[in-house]
Amino acid sequence: MTDKTIIEARDLDLYYSDNHALKGVSIAIPQHQITALIGPSGCGKSTFLKTLNRMNDLVPGVRITGTIEYNGEDIYGRDVDVTRLRKQIGMVFQKANPFPMSIYDNVAYGPRTHGIRGKAKLDAIVERSLRDAAIWDEVKDRLNKSALGLSGGQQQRLCIARALAVEPDVILMDESTSALDPISTSKIEDLAMELKSRYTVIMVTHNMQQAVRVSDNTAFFLLGELVEYGETERIFSHPQDKRTEDYITGRFG
Amino acid sequence: MNSHESITAPLSARRRTWNGAVRALLYAAAALICALLVFLIGYILYRGVPNLSWQFLSSEESVINDIEGILPSILNTLYVIVATLIFILPLGVGSAIYLTEYATNKKLVSVIEFATETLSGMPSIIFALVGMMVFCQAVGLGTSLLAGAFSLVMMTLPTIIRTTQESLKTVPQSYREGSLALGSGKWHMIRTVVLPSSIDGIVTGCILSIGRIVGESAVLMFTAGMGMRMAFGGDTVAKFLDNFFGAAGSTLTVSLYVYAKERADFDHAFAVAVVLLAIALVINLAAKLAGKKLKKN
Ligand SMILES: Nc1ncnc2c1ncn2[C@@H]1O[C@H](COP(=O)(O)OP(=O)(O)OP(=O)(O)O)[C@@H](O)[C@H]1O
Ligand SMILES: [Mg+2]
Repeated sequence: MTDKTIIEARDLDLYYSDNHALKGVSIAIPQHQITALIGPSGCGKSTFLKTLNRMNDLVPGVRITGTIEYNGEDIYGRDVDVTRLRKQIGMVFQKANPFPMSIYDNVAYGPRTHGIRGKAKLDAIVERSLRDAAIWDEVKDRLNKSALGLSGGQQQRLCIARALAVEPDVILMDESTSALDPISTSKIEDLAMELKSRYTVIMVTHNMQQAVRVSDNTAFFLLGELVEYGETERIFSHPQDKRTEDYITGRFG
Repeated sequence: MNSHESITAPLSARRRTWNGAVRALLYAAAALICALLVFLIGYILYRGVPNLSWQFLSSEESVINDIEGILPSILNTLYVIVATLIFILPLGVGSAIYLTEYATNKKLVSVIEFATETLSGMPSIIFALVGMMVFCQAVGLGTSLLAGAFSLVMMTLPTIIRTTQESLKTVPQSYREGSLALGSGKWHMIRTVVLPSSIDGIVTGCILSIGRIVGESAVLMFTAGMGMRMAFGGDTVAKFLDNFFGAAGSTLTVSLYVYAKERADFDHAFAVAVVLLAIALVINLAAKLAGKKLKKN
């Protein structure tokens, strides 16, 4: 891959107390592409994803060794401001988690957090983010209604809009379509593909077809190890590792 | 194979008498409670209302002019409520936030939780005794409403910590994660997401604490005094302040005690009871309303 690397993990090990959840993971993730993380349940996909924006810091008893560099800076370094890191590496969760506020306030939450005031400015950000998340037309007449009244698929796209509103560089998506119907799923997939000209997307998915449809690169995890990583087309047509082949052909997992 | 049983089979006779007996018992219990409640409220109103007058509520008692009045007790009650709340709100809500959101030592937290739970179930007369020893004597506040308020702080703090903690714990973890993932600092996250979604529980807890303060008598008899005369006021600022911080006297519950037990004046004791009943009603309605109103968003 000739593309610029935006995130690079080297010899990453992660322990939840004495559970060795990531084992020597090294991976370089290229900018402005979609990278899919696949693997059976419990193999460490979410764990790896959460090391990238340090959401693992919230879990008591986590221990991490190795390095992760974001634009050449160690994100676990001494002087890192986690809030800045998370502003640049946004996250969309598996379960849509809009705040119990209006649709508008949900999207404006991040910008406000980062000090943006002024109605005109916020209005513009909210509209742009909702448009980018392909939900503007559905909610433009009810911006002041509670976000909890939206359907599951709409809530998830709202959460994407909320993440986009802080203008991150990287968006982490942890099985963000797994709870959605096919139409919402394909909307979000289209969205991810559109976004990659401006953002780097890293998505965990259980859905092999989805990985093939949307991702440029695929990483296959098994029992905390990164077994194989490369261009999606290559991984799915000529897997080099027997375990990868077994997994993508559905022989286990 | 399982055989298909009809779902319309009639109940057996034994089953039916059993059901009937249970239902009758439940009705009897409900009727008894209702009757008791109606009797209690009816009796208080019947004995108290005829003795209630605007003058009774709005004047200070005067033996010379033969005037009965509980204005001082009403003011004392307000004073104690406000003085107690000033301390328990920041202290209680603050500790609860610390314990649920910040503290990392889970063992210590569970010890503290056990302690607050135990303390909130303790008989108030113990707080009365401790308050008298500590605030009236050791600290030197003497018998005063302020000493009473401090003793009530001891008594209600565990409760308010507990109720606040309970309502903080109902906030889904996903809200916290969602906020932090957008780059919020911890306190910003708490202020903008956690507190707004638990505010109804916190406010309800506070209002119920006010209820406990209004209803408390033992602690105040021990620490705040039982006088029925106006304790506030003064013609110079210094005197006013001195009176303000040193005031001693009876709150409504204590004046009820004084009327009933020291003066055998049951008419006025019941009049005070009506006032307390009305306050309890208002407090409970306020708690309900606040809970509902704040929950909406
Ligand atoms: N907060 C936690 N505390 C302790 N152990 C955890 C925690 N989160 C995950 N684990 C453990 O780490 C391992 C990897 O979990 P992880 O959630 O990363 O798997 P996953 O690949 O995302 O699985 P799934 O596809 O089911 O979401 C599992 O063994 C899991 O039990
Ligand atoms: Mg997962």
